[in-house]
Amino acid sequence: MDTVWRVLFLLDYNTRLVVLSTVILGVASGLIGSFLLLRKRSLMGDALSHACLPGIGLAFIFMVMAGASGKSLPGLLVGASITGLAGVGFVLLIRNLSRVKDDAAMGIVLSVFFGLGVAVLGMVQTIPDASAAGLETFIYGKTASMVFNDFLLLAGVAFLVLVASAILMKEFTLLCFDEGFARSLGWPVHRLDMIMLALVSAVTVVGLQAVGLILIIAFLIIPAAAARFWTDDLRNMLIVAAAIGGVSGWLGASTSALLPGLPAGAIIVLVAAAIFLFSLLFGRARGVVRRLSAQVRLRRKVGRQHLLRAVYEILERNQNKDPGVLSNEPVSFDEVLRLRTWTPVRLRRLIQSANREDHIDRFDGVNLRLSESGFGEAARTTRNHRLWEMFLITHADIAPSHVDRDADSVEHVLSPDMVRELERKLDLRNIPLSPHGLGHVGVGAVDRGTGI
Amino acid sequence: MSTQDLLFGEGDASEHSPHAPVSIHDLTVAYHRKPVLWDVDLDIPEGKLVGIIGPNGAGKSTLIKACLDLVPRASGEVRFFGKTYRKQRSLVGYVPQRESVDWDFPVSARDVVAMGLYGKIGWCRPVGRKHRELAGQALDHVGIGHLADRQISQLSGGQQQRVFLARALAQNAQIYFMDEPFAAVDAATERAIVGLLKELKEKGRTVLVVHHDLATVSQYFDWVILLNMRVVDCGPTEKVFTAENLKKTYGGKLTLLAEAGNALQQG
Repeated sequence: MDTVWRVLFLLDYNTRLVVLSTVILGVASGLIGSFLLLRKRSLMGDALSHACLPGIGLAFIFMVMAGASGKSLPGLLVGASITGLAGVGFVLLIRNLSRVKDDAAMGIVLSVFFGLGVAVLGMVQTIPDASAAGLETFIYGKTASMVFNDFLLLAGVAFLVLVASAILMKEFTLLCFDEGFARSLGWPVHRLDMIMLALVSAVTVVGLQAVGLILIIAFLIIPAAAARFWTDDLRNMLIVAAAIGGVSGWLGASTSALLPGLPAGAIIVLVAAAIFLFSLLFGRARGVVRRLSAQVRLRRKVGRQHLLRAVYEILERNQNKDPGVLSNEPVSFDEVLRLRTWTPVRLRRLIQSANREDHIDRFDGVNLRLSESGFGEAARTTRNHRLWEMFLITHADIAPSHVDRDADSVEHVLSPDMVRELERKLDLRNIPLSPHGLGHVGVGAVDRGTGI
Repeated sequence: MSTQDLLFGEGDASEHSPHAPVSIHDLTVAYHRKPVLWDVDLDIPEGKLVGIIGPNGAGKSTLIKACLDLVPRASGEVRFFGKTYRKQRSLVGYVPQRESVDWDFPVSARDVVAMGLYGKIGWCRPVGRKHRELAGQALDHVGIGHLADRQISQLSGGQQQRVFLARALAQNAQIYFMDEPFAAVDAATERAIVGLLKELKEKGRTVLVVHHDLATVSQYFDWVILLNMRVVDCGPTEKVFTAENLKKTYGGKLTLLAEAGNALQQG
């Protein structure tokens, strides 16, 4: 337990460096990954990282040929970025010169470069006197091999990404949202794209050692995609994505340090995926639970309003007065039941739901009386329903016998603005009579004719 | 020399009028070597509401995009008050088609309108409070100021269109290009757009609008360009918007141009 504590809170010297580096990497990739996601270029990051592999092998060969140690990290990373960017260049070239679409072009480049990389690494193993063992750690990543210089490199790149995102925030935003408008302003759209891709490749290359080239893409996409569930604002999305990236890196690297058999890259991705799943379900802005509960609330409201309108229409019929001057009296349960196609169970449930909203004064199983607020709500709902019906008949040329069903679904979502617009159009203030006559939905309503 | 000149021996059209807000000369545009616009020669007079009319695939959007250097020109040139677009950018405002962007994007209506000010703000500088206020005023102008801080996916189609118009207003341009602003909008938005067009005209601005609804052309525009891969006719609405011209624009007489285009593409 003590070790867990020491690793998680960076008290342990051996793991402090690794965990801190991974957190920084997570923050940087969350940031730049958000722009990549909004530019709809997520897979470009994947093509880029896979295209890094041949560069690592080739750089090793060159360095050995030059008589240096083949394992100098800066040298390997330079090689990786060269072929990585070459891979991106090929994707753009294939797309522009032929009619092959983006996804296919990326698939081709990704697999061919990776294949090339595997072949080059194979060749490297056969070079005599050069210990090429360990190059394949770049494929899956190996955080334990990181040293202080790697940390400095990572921190430098992360700082660069942070500064560039802050300075070019407005430029990147417009580029991602409306490229055509950006070009009409005379912006060098291609150069901006290049800057963005250069930042992505910088993060990818320095992340190769920690996460590996296969999984780095997860670090770029998942925090950004998860952040989108929490906010509708780009600035907040960047902050949340960076935070999610950082937390994934922190938990992933710590876990991997505690359980040496588990590679950090894999754990980081799994942690990020767990956060993504949580965000997908519970995200404040667009999570599934929030959307579902909004739907359920609307359905309940619709049911309640149907009940209130049914009661109101019965009152109208029984009292035979103008709709504006009705008095609130009890109506019988059976009468309400006959007006619509509800089962007794469903109707009882609706009454319960309306009761929770204080719309019901009393209900003894036989008779039902609305409360003051329920009666007011009933009048309002009935009025909206009829306004909409009359609009459909007079302005949209829909037969009176068909409007009731349409109005049934619309009346619940009419905003005050729309109601005012309807009043203006129809020149009405009070509650109009039903345009298809009162009574049962569908049957009977038709032959009673229209009131217009 | 354009084919029209060859065919009809019309006079020297190579002079750009330095006073015309938009002067298009001998413009041909091709996608993948397939021409979609042939030999367009136009001078748009100042302070007019100009409708660009034509069937689907007639090259209406392409004409706008070619003017704004958004698609490469196979030949020809476009001048704004006698100078190239590159030099006159600040005088030109652009309203792209609403479908051209992803409305799920995490920005508010105000953020989008502020983009119209980016040209003035300049590179690498943040959007300040003053700019955000200006954006709010532009939104007020199109009647949706109260929705300024809504995320754009929560707006109706008509409201989204008004956001785009507000962005163009924020550009405060002399010449406006609008790509189908009336497409699929509600009646209130249509009224708002028409009111805005009239207002821009009164201020002496020139507005070119790609338009689909033939029934409203003579009501909205005082100048029309009838387009079907070439300019069928162009001029004051009451003179040019005739049944005969419409037949030429929408009738199937242009298969020759289309076939020639296909042949060029395969050749």
